[in-house]
Amino acid sequence: MRRARTIAVAATLGGAALAVYPVARSIARDSDVQDFAQIERGRKLATLADCFACHTQKDGGKPFAGGRPIETPFGNVIAPNITPDRETGIGNWSDEDFDNAVRHGTDEEGERLYPAMPYIYYTKMSRDDVKAIRAYLATVPAVHNEVHANQLPFPFSIRWSMNAWDWLFFKAGEFKPDKTKSPEWNRGAFLVTGPGHCGACHTPKNFLGGDETDQALQGYAIQGWFAPNITGDKTRGVGAMSVPDIVALLKTGHNAVTGVAGPMAEQVADSSSHFSDADLKAIATYLQSVPAGDAKSLTPVAQDDPQMKVGQAIYRDSCSACHGIDGNGVPSLFPSLVKAPQVRAPDPTSNIRVVLRGARSAATDAEPTAPAMPSYSWQLKDDQIAAVLTYIRNSWGGPAAAVSADDVRKQRKDLADRDD
Amino acid sequence: MATKLPKKDVVIVGLGWTGSILAHELTDEGLDVIAIERGPWRDAATEYPPNYAQDELRYRIRHELFLRPDQTTFTFRNKMDQTALPIRSWGAFMPPNGVGGGGVHWNAETWRFLPTDFMLRTHLTERYGAGFLPQDMTIQDWGVTYDDLEPHYDQFEYLCGTCGTAGNLKGQIQQGGNPFEGPRSRPYPNPAQKQGFGHTLWAKAAAELGYKPFPQPSGNMSRPYVNPLGVRQGPCTYCGYCEWFGCGNYSKASPQTTVLPVLVRKSNFSFRDNSEVTRIETDRSGKRATGVTFVDTSGNEWEQPADLVILSAYTMFNVQLLLLSKIGEPYDPVANKGVIGRNFTHQTMSSVNGFFDKTKFNFNPFIASGAIGMCIDEFNGDNFDHGPLGFVGGGYLGQVQTNGRPIETSPVPKGTAKWGAEWKKNVADYYLSNLKGGSIHASMYSYRDVYLDLDPTYTDRFGRPLMRMTIDFHENELKAAQYLTDKYAEIVKAMGAKIVEKEPRKGPYDITKYQTTHLNGGAIMGADPKTSALNRYLQNWDVPNLFVMGASAFPQNAGYNPTGTVGALAFWAAKAIREQYLKKPGPLVDA
Repeated sequence: MRRARTIAVAATLGGAALAVYPVARSIARDSDVQDFAQIERGRKLATLADCFACHTQKDGGKPFAGGRPIETPFGNVIAPNITPDRETGIGNWSDEDFDNAVRHGTDEEGERLYPAMPYIYYTKMSRDDVKAIRAYLATVPAVHNEVHANQLPFPFSIRWSMNAWDWLFFKAGEFKPDKTKSPEWNRGAFLVTGPGHCGACHTPKNFLGGDETDQALQGYAIQGWFAPNITGDKTRGVGAMSVPDIVALLKTGHNAVTGVAGPMAEQVADSSSHFSDADLKAIATYLQSVPAGDAKSLTPVAQDDPQMKVGQAIYRDSCSACHGIDGNGVPSLFPSLVKAPQVRAPDPTSNIRVVLRGARSAATDAEPTAPAMPSYSWQLKDDQIAAVLTYIRNSWGGPAAAVSADDVRKQRKDLADRDD
Repeated sequence: MATKLPKKDVVIVGLGWTGSILAHELTDEGLDVIAIERGPWRDAATEYPPNYAQDELRYRIRHELFLRPDQTTFTFRNKMDQTALPIRSWGAFMPPNGVGGGGVHWNAETWRFLPTDFMLRTHLTERYGAGFLPQDMTIQDWGVTYDDLEPHYDQFEYLCGTCGTAGNLKGQIQQGGNPFEGPRSRPYPNPAQKQGFGHTLWAKAAAELGYKPFPQPSGNMSRPYVNPLGVRQGPCTYCGYCEWFGCGNYSKASPQTTVLPVLVRKSNFSFRDNSEVTRIETDRSGKRATGVTFVDTSGNEWEQPADLVILSAYTMFNVQLLLLSKIGEPYDPVANKGVIGRNFTHQTMSSVNGFFDKTKFNFNPFIASGAIGMCIDEFNGDNFDHGPLGFVGGGYLGQVQTNGRPIETSPVPKGTAKWGAEWKKNVADYYLSNLKGGSIHASMYSYRDVYLDLDPTYTDRFGRPLMRMTIDFHENELKAAQYLTDKYAEIVKAMGAKIVEKEPRKGPYDITKYQTTHLNGGAIMGADPKTSALNRYLQNWDVPNLFVMGASAFPQNAGYNPTGTVGALAFWAAKAIREQYLKKPGPLVDA
């Protein structure tokens, strides 16, 4: 009703009035900044959707003021300002505009958004969910910060090219519960495929950056890391972890066998460490049910392979002090190289990366230690890193593909250009 | 001209053990706390990672983790009639620098002092009569008792994850622990570390001689540990690179592995590194601190106003800041008046080297940790009758060989050629079958002519007078050293050593040879403002919104490593600030 009335008033005053008083449009919303329940629901959803991560600059940026470059295979998209600032934020957007952006991938002028904005997942949320997020965002401090989102090279710089992309890869529509499954499973499915947008990193992409939906959550190399398989696969995925193990990992950043680093450490710190235990349990339950997909059968690299022998010597010298001579690590401190599934990921990108550059795990209230691994890039040559990783990947519960010196060389080169 | 920064509730000078503990406690109280640290930020994975943490040349020989004498140093002399000269290369002690302070590079021996240590003058006078003490000995009671500190020793040990075997649980003497220790309210958080062959054999010989050996309390983890703040440490790998090294494996208790991860997450905590505090500011009355002034690496001067100032730098820097800021009356040894600078002490270290038959003894000395070892306490404090001996004080005796680091470890018996084939043969023979530097870790009591003051000649880069150390060993300490060394040598002999070489501490005090970094006193605590700078809560008598942490508060040293007591005092002071001072800011003890 309120919205209808506003439009009626605006119509009487005429188009010129709209131009002079752009404020009028912002009245056109039915998300209610007076409604605590809605705001609180929105805050929780915004946390589930981790809006903060992309829309806040790293290292002390003002919350939701945008400006953070979001890396895509085609170039960087700069996340816009979503604070209520009227000139540079979304203070002037109507709820309709906001809903269109979040769930349908179009901006307030009807232009297609780039799918760096994970609307292909957010579309699973309801209109009420999104309205609640809007209500919450209307309460955060407005920040004046002009952001030019599109910095992609031609032809991707042409927004209408996204129409075709959406036609190919975007299926709008709210989450439909599966009546044959438990409410917990359905909650997990909604969170993972909707606001949690886990697939944005963990689902393999085709050459146009669209999700390979038949391989959902089976792992994908992105932003200099390999986002591991998080399906129920018993060896490569999270299938061998218990539900409490997965909950602990998402809640604290650490569990008995592994810890998170890189973009996932950020995700845990900003987002999933704040989820309710019930939601985390639902996510774990759902992930364990996601089909594993076909695995290439591998033969382990033979123990007497020269690469394995060199690898073992390096491992004992350089790695065993923390990870243990038997690879078992220390729970919640040093990952177990025996049990942590990402150790044997088909794509060794993350393995190579942590050896070359080191990695810091997540600090959370429950696990504040944030242990870190140092860089070995100055100490170990490409073939040595390949050998030690091949040894680690094939010694305690392999098999996994051998890592070659070429793989390491390539990644060393890629990392030289990365500042993250 | 200093640029004035926005006021904070608390400014902390130095972010080592005590600075971190106070920052944690006071931020928990809701206060807005800033710490100002002279040295750099330090963290295992980036500053001393496991892939070069054991670089002996870098850390041990080139002193990577320490203050550079170019930045500031001290002047030294033995006697009051000598001219002190600046120390240009560290020798007798290693001034810490950087976040974590000495907690980064200590061995992690985590002792409690004896109950009688805290009431030393009263106790010794009662037992032996006032005339028994040397006339110029200025030992004092601390103003706190062991019972006051026990809960805080416990807090510090559980923060650190100290590994050991209790010797006295609530008054019940325990098998395998130190029967002389004060009663503890509960066992150590972790079991004692494993001991090497040399340590075990020494303990066996000591037991056969009728002593009660026990494992040294260690901050090197015997197993994974998660402390009450939720911070984790990993198990020690016994690599033998602790003292003067940072631990790359998260297995040595340090501010980085116990408090800082929690502290840096707090929104009411901030710190500035690479910033040297040059002055404590006071108001016109001189009775109230208004903040501190510090200088950054670009030479910019800043003033940080605060309601409460916590001094938590290394012993001599605490004293220097008090003197430069004209807080408290400087100590005058001639008139025996004044408080700032008095009762300066170090430690009296002696050792015994044992050389064994290599065909029968292989000690593998490189399998070790900073606080590994077996000790006896029969000759510490007043655990033995000093009446017939003519001295007071003592120390623990321990086979605490912490390493077989190759550059430092080339043991040869006295009289061996200093180079060439004979030297090489002896090093080869004895590297594995020598027990070097058996530790005789004795007290150093305080004297009228051992003190700190501002040097009349030498200044630092800001033109401030350097701290002058006037320090020498007195006959009492040298006698004790000889007595303890003889006792130690008997044990080494009983082990079956071929050659036993005694090295009792001899005077004069030598500034060039490392002893320990346990410098104490100069801003001591006590019950009388005429003879102490701080009251029993480490609160300055003259400026009640100034608290001074650390071993500078020790009226004299005991026969132990000081860090356990430093940690306990920090928690004790924090409790007093939280529960008493903040409710009613002002003197906690009437002068």
